[in-house]
Amino acid sequence: MKPEDRDLVAQLCAARSGQKVDPAKDYLLETRLGPVARREGFDSISDLMTGLRTRREDRLIWAIVEAMAAGDTSFFRDQSAFDHFRNVLAPELADRRRDQPIRIWSAACGTGQEIHSLAMLVDDMAGQWPDARFELFGSDLSERALEKAQSGLYTQFEVQRGLPIRSLVRHFEKIDDMWVISPQLRQAIRWRRLNLIGDMSRVRGFDLIFCRNVIGAMIEPAQRQVVENLAAALNPGGMVLFGADEDPVAGAEPLSPAEGVAGLYALRNADRAAA
Amino acid sequence: MRTCLIVDDSRVIRKVARRILEDLGFDVAEAADGAEALAWCRTTMPDVVLLDWNMPVMNGLEFLRGLRMEPGGKAPKVIFCTVENEVSAIREALESGADEYIMKPFDSEIVAAKFALAGLA
Repeated sequence: MKPEDRDLVAQLCAARSGQKVDPAKDYLLETRLGPVARREGFDSISDLMTGLRTRREDRLIWAIVEAMAAGDTSFFRDQSAFDHFRNVLAPELADRRRDQPIRIWSAACGTGQEIHSLAMLVDDMAGQWPDARFELFGSDLSERALEKAQSGLYTQFEVQRGLPIRSLVRHFEKIDDMWVISPQLRQAIRWRRLNLIGDMSRVRGFDLIFCRNVIGAMIEPAQRQVVENLAAALNPGGMVLFGADEDPVAGAEPLSPAEGVAGLYALRNADRAAA
Repeated sequence: MRTCLIVDDSRVIRKVARRILEDLGFDVAEAADGAEALAWCRTTMPDVVLLDWNMPVMNGLEFLRGLRMEPGGKAPKVIFCTVENEVSAIREALESGADEYIMKPFDSEIVAAKFALAGLA
């Protein structure tokens, strides 16, 4: 790719999604943008970039930004986070919010493995708290990722990364060479396309937000925006789980580290979220 | 060092699996069918068995049922590694005492993930 094309992609990603793209990573750019060029009917990435400059179509810009935002994912990625949810956070929430739904949000759900992992855990635990009502939400920047997430359809390779075999046979059906998560779990999740640096003034009322491996790949102003948006979306006493090695802007307001598992943060001032 | 017994009638599969398991830090032994594997276990019980299903002489399921009846035979983790990928086959393997299940084809990432799930990380 030409240097000016790489710079343009980096600028578009920073502006639209807050994503930090290193223009020097030629291989990454070509791996991600090659499929976009083919899908959009261009002969090469170079033609795609020329088309982008000529047409300046919003749809084309988003196709590029979404392709660059795609991250690696797997079921039960970082098992310690899910262990902490099952052993500590879920019981606490079930106890604290007896008469209200417990709302959990996978804020950058990608192709759905994280929120489906949570759905499986919640289903497995259902007998422990018969009165608890969990509501699960999945959102992502990418329409294509969301479509796959909503389909609940995964390859044999995907279901073998992180998913215990007993969970596979309990919660999935095999269709030809693919595996589809049960309709009951798929329908238990509400989906929405959402840009975490966009207007989230109507996104409110969550008890726990999973936002792992997102802010670490963002430019700093976008990181701050995301942290502010997520904090504002929390109920009093709510928590956000970032990636284990992600620092949501060095302990600045409005979140502070919580004990239990790396990457867990709680509202610094519980009153704040009531707004 | 923990020992893994690879049971598969394909020499190529055994060779590929051996390389992956040695990278994961296992001392590896090999058997070409269930009967050979069971004889091996009666001498030295491994920590884990990576087990094919369809083999001559004694298949994987017969081996597993036999292993679990041997003195000390409940201890090894058994991870099936097979082309049998129907839900009914997987259920049968689990009910017979398998701990995890790999559907072929596999790669090093899948083997490492499945060994971790079986508590062998």
